[in-house]
Amino acid sequence: MIQFRLNTHSGVPPYLQIVQQVKQALQVGILQPGDQLPTVKEVVTHIAINPNTVAKAYRELESLGLVEGRTGSGTFVKQRPAGPSPEVQEALSQDLSGWVAKARKAGLDDEAIEALLRIALHKR
Amino acid sequence: MGAAVIQTKGLGKRYGSFWALENCNISVPAGSVSALVGPNGAGKSTLLKILVGLNRASAGQGEVLGKAPAQEESFLSDIGYLAQEIPLYKNLNAADHIKMGAHLNKRFDKEFMQKRLKDLQIPLDRPVGKLSGGQRAQVALALALAKKPKLLLLDEPVAALDPLARHDFLSSLAQAVADGGLTVVMSSHLLADLERVSDHVIVLAAGKTQLCDEIETVLNEHKLLVGPRQNKIPEDDFAIIHETHTIRQSTLLVHLKKGAKVPNGWQQHEPNIEEIILAYMGQAKEGGEK
Repeated sequence: MIQFRLNTHSGVPPYLQIVQQVKQALQVGILQPGDQLPTVKEVVTHIAINPNTVAKAYRELESLGLVEGRTGSGTFVKQRPAGPSPEVQEALSQDLSGWVAKARKAGLDDEAIEALLRIALHKR
Repeated sequence: MGAAVIQTKGLGKRYGSFWALENCNISVPAGSVSALVGPNGAGKSTLLKILVGLNRASAGQGEVLGKAPAQEESFLSDIGYLAQEIPLYKNLNAADHIKMGAHLNKRFDKEFMQKRLKDLQIPLDRPVGKLSGGQRAQVALALALAKKPKLLLLDEPVAALDPLARHDFLSSLAQAVADGGLTVVMSSHLLADLERVSDHVIVLAAGKTQLCDEIETVLNEHKLLVGPRQNKIPEDDFAIIHETHTIRQSTLLVHLKKGAKVPNGWQQHEPNIEEIILAYMGQAKEGGEK
């Protein structure tokens, strides 16, 4: 079963952090269709978080079609998130690694690279 | 979230010529865990005492669970209140407190409280004065929860606890909220805990309400803008809560109005709830000095 973490300094709303952690776990295969998510009460006992936040995250995951709530028995993983196939992701990842290598060669450190990436992400 | 459990309008409390609380307008939705924050002397305890009927307001109105606060059984039976100093009878043990709770309250759930204390491994037969601070806080919380309140008001419940005891206390509180039917207002100085346990925030500073909204809305509507220093900052689309300037750079924490866009030339960051709350407290302080 998955355990959630909470970063209270990220500026990312806590419910989104849970949604992202479930998505990531699905992407890398830690969670698979049929797996059960911890109950709201288990999550709040473990990380002392607001229960409405957990419920909201689960509702969001449900509306994305990734999980389904079964009355009385809990929340279960339905399917993996739609998105590019693993091959496409792999190709993109290789492209990026190549770019990072180029940036390093040009003398940029990690911070400068992150700054460039952030600027590129916010450009539309 | 549900209808408002607490609603105040122009609520104020005056001691002599000093207003401890002034023009307080808040609304707390049912089922929320609301964090009440502000500097010392901002009126947090005063507000909580008015809401539970221990203080009489000097101005304005407040409605709690649809009633005007008063020290009457019909009003108090639905409300749990835990004062700052965690008032328990030091020479009595937890079992005595359970007996007393059952005697004084109509709907007291003895089994619930016994089970809670057992789960937390708190001895029932030791005088509560000899328990640790964390255990005492847990006994007091269990006592307040066992009367099955619809509203729980907590005045800095975790201020004196070590980090582990604080986590355990907040976890107990979150579990109680998960069981449903409970709204919580909790004053605290520990901003880092807020985003975690609360979903609603009230900022009091200089005796006035600075902010009262759901945390998610607050996060969505506030941005931190960094850009080259300009003489004129467009204020049509946003309100500046806090600003700092160096010779070449300005940093603004702004409240974006609905549908507003950040102007070109500003780098936009997501502030966390702690930064936003500090900005509001700072604003109130500057306003007071002018």
